[in-house]
Amino acid sequence: MAKELLRMENIVKTFPGVKALSNARMVLHEGEIMGFMGENGAGKSTLMNVLGGIYQPDSGEIYIEGRKVEVHSVHESQALGVAFIHQELALEPHLTIAENIFLGRTIKNRFGLVSQNLMAEAAQPYLKRVGLDIDPREMVGRLSMGQQQMVEIAKAFSLNAKILILDEPTSSLSEREVEVLFRTVRELKKQGMGIIFITHKMAEVFQLCDAVTIMRDGAYMDCLRSEECSEQKLISLMVGRDLGNYYVRNFNEPGEVMLEVKNVTAGKRAVNCSFYVRSGEILGFYGLVGAGRSELLESVMGLYPMNGGEVILNGEKLSRHDPSYMQQHGAVLVPESRKTQGLLLNNTIGFNISLPSIREFIGHLHVNRAKEESIIDHGMRSLSIKAPSSHVNVSTLSGGNQQKVLLSKWLATDPKVLILDEPTRGIDVGAKAEIYSIINDLAKAGMAIVLISSEMPEVMNMSDRMIVMSEGRITGELNRSEYTQEAILSLGMGVAN
Amino acid sequence: MDKKSSGSNIFMQPVKAYFKQNYGILLAFLVMCVFFTIFGNNFLTKTNILNLLRTCATNCYLAIGVQMAIILAGIDLTGGALAALSGVLCVMTFENAGLPIWMGILVGVVLGMIVGFANGSIITYTGIHPFVVTLAMQSICRGAAYLFANGSPVTTTERSFGVVGTGSFGPIPLPVVYMTVFLIVDFFTLNKTQMGRSIYAVGGNELAAKFSGINLNRVKIFVWTVSGAMAGFCGVILAARMSSGQPSTGEGYETDAIAASVLGGTSFFGGTGSVGGLIIGVLIIGTISNGLNLMHVNSYWQFVLKGVIIIVAVYTDRLKQKRQNAA
Repeated sequence: MAKELLRMENIVKTFPGVKALSNARMVLHEGEIMGFMGENGAGKSTLMNVLGGIYQPDSGEIYIEGRKVEVHSVHESQALGVAFIHQELALEPHLTIAENIFLGRTIKNRFGLVSQNLMAEAAQPYLKRVGLDIDPREMVGRLSMGQQQMVEIAKAFSLNAKILILDEPTSSLSEREVEVLFRTVRELKKQGMGIIFITHKMAEVFQLCDAVTIMRDGAYMDCLRSEECSEQKLISLMVGRDLGNYYVRNFNEPGEVMLEVKNVTAGKRAVNCSFYVRSGEILGFYGLVGAGRSELLESVMGLYPMNGGEVILNGEKLSRHDPSYMQQHGAVLVPESRKTQGLLLNNTIGFNISLPSIREFIGHLHVNRAKEESIIDHGMRSLSIKAPSSHVNVSTLSGGNQQKVLLSKWLATDPKVLILDEPTRGIDVGAKAEIYSIINDLAKAGMAIVLISSEMPEVMNMSDRMIVMSEGRITGELNRSEYTQEAILSLGMGVAN
Repeated sequence: MDKKSSGSNIFMQPVKAYFKQNYGILLAFLVMCVFFTIFGNNFLTKTNILNLLRTCATNCYLAIGVQMAIILAGIDLTGGALAALSGVLCVMTFENAGLPIWMGILVGVVLGMIVGFANGSIITYTGIHPFVVTLAMQSICRGAAYLFANGSPVTTTERSFGVVGTGSFGPIPLPVVYMTVFLIVDFFTLNKTQMGRSIYAVGGNELAAKFSGINLNRVKIFVWTVSGAMAGFCGVILAARMSSGQPSTGEGYETDAIAASVLGGTSFFGGTGSVGGLIIGVLIIGTISNGLNLMHVNSYWQFVLKGVIIIVAVYTDRLKQKRQNAA
């Protein structure tokens, strides 16, 4: 067996209200490509961020080449030979390849001036190792995504990295670029580097990895040699999350089709998608992060342009297609990010709640205060938002209460179709249970609800039917009786059964 | 939740809130007035106060538009130069083209609207930062003003035109009357219309506003068009007061308008700012010029002082933001 490069044991990490890692483990050897898999929220990124020095673990041990270490910062992690290449690359587009590689360690000539030539020369061997045959004086912004990734890897070399973490490196690459990346990774393996390869794609594990580590619910599940594993086995290891018991759902017979989407394409993120949702039912939308669910629904709402397809709302084919028109015709979308898409944090609860329904109480230079107050009051009371008054800024509220403000903001428009994008992200268990009960009541009252969620237990418990997406395509539709964690995850990973 | 206001409270509450929100700047204004009353000659006389208000008026026209742009997390630097161009074309309309005077006034205001509309459209459809667009437009307007006027003032002897800028309604100068009307309309627009709410919403968080179903393009174009129209009107009044369209007029006016806005608590982060605050801001800027003149301080010092004031005011806003974020 090759020399052991990395051993992480019993890593525990808690965030306020959530145990992100309960017993995480990772072992990596020289010249080994280790696949790293798990469902959304299984704790892969958290564990890698512990190794990368971004989070401090509550307890647990990390050994690098057999020596016990503590990693307090990104800098220390780099010094220990760990290079973490994030999904969003961290290069400076207006600098040259060489300048990026030596960022913060600029090479100067004997006059003390920055020397492009010396840096280019010094960068050459690293670029050669990753097989990038480009002038180091080229601007990084002009390179393709694949080439930029290679520059990141070359930079890792220049920092003497022995352990390379690649976080879903193929997600933004073309097929040819993926081939080049694989070839390079295999080359690095031959040179003795240890590589952790985070991925959601089964094929990549079988094609590239020597072994695969699987996590579930913050805990280490197993580590298998690639030869010994099958798709079914991997899936069965990844699923099995505790389904929880704080869900409330009374099922009722669905009514008319309220929203129908036919062959909608939104750029590359959602291709040729069709679905419908009826009044009184909850249609779940499951997929791994980046599957294109938000993009699809945001395009359906007219927030971003649609390239083809049609949207039929309440039996009527839409002539215009923008958010305010959709809203006036009874369809609203509660976005996934409270902070950036949802709320005006430095404005009051009242201002936020009443914003989408201003048409109802502001006429020609006249504000119907009573109506405004009643909309705000009703919003606050019906969702029991806990705040001293409607005049306090939203930024002072807890995550759960902010989420309720977000919800009541759109409920105030009295919608018939409600699209919820990750309605319980980042809020504590108590608030989650409250939100579920609200959603249940809305469905009971006859609203047609689309529930986008990356949390499988949430979609399984709350929905009547489920659409599963993978890489921009709808890969399956399941009725409630067909729900099994295996079936859902298989579709979510694009595995044909 | 119990803010049921009893009868006597209905009028006192907004007043109280106003003082609470603006106490710092009100205090500064008061101190300034006391200072000039003691050290300046005739500060607290009827003539001087009317005179002060008259100088405030032209700044206020611009400041109304500039404040809206700042609430939108943008800026409008076109003001002064656009006023000059409007003034020149307004006078030329009846002096050179022989059209009636009211046509001249209309030309001045409509020209402002057109330039403002152009600003708004370019900002919306090209995505270029408002600072760059309006700075460029400032240069274009200034150049155009000189070109139309052939480099020298276009004078007029029409007395009735002069009255528009120098006349008075009872004891109150007409420009002050216009200012009052505009401030009232501004107040209603910002507080009592859908457009007003939308301006605050877009400035506070553009993406959230978009998700809330607000038409971003319409809001932006509206704001810069209003700002342009106000600059156009400002140019007409300046021309009437001087009985000439002067291509060099209005230099640095946008600085005063920005200063008035930020002094009045309008944040460059967008999403906040009130008409009540703006009024004090305009008064302070006017009082500085007026008071220093009365004290016979070299007028160049006024520029220096205004610059210092802008920095202090914006820094105070930053501190306030920080405290809010910490809370």
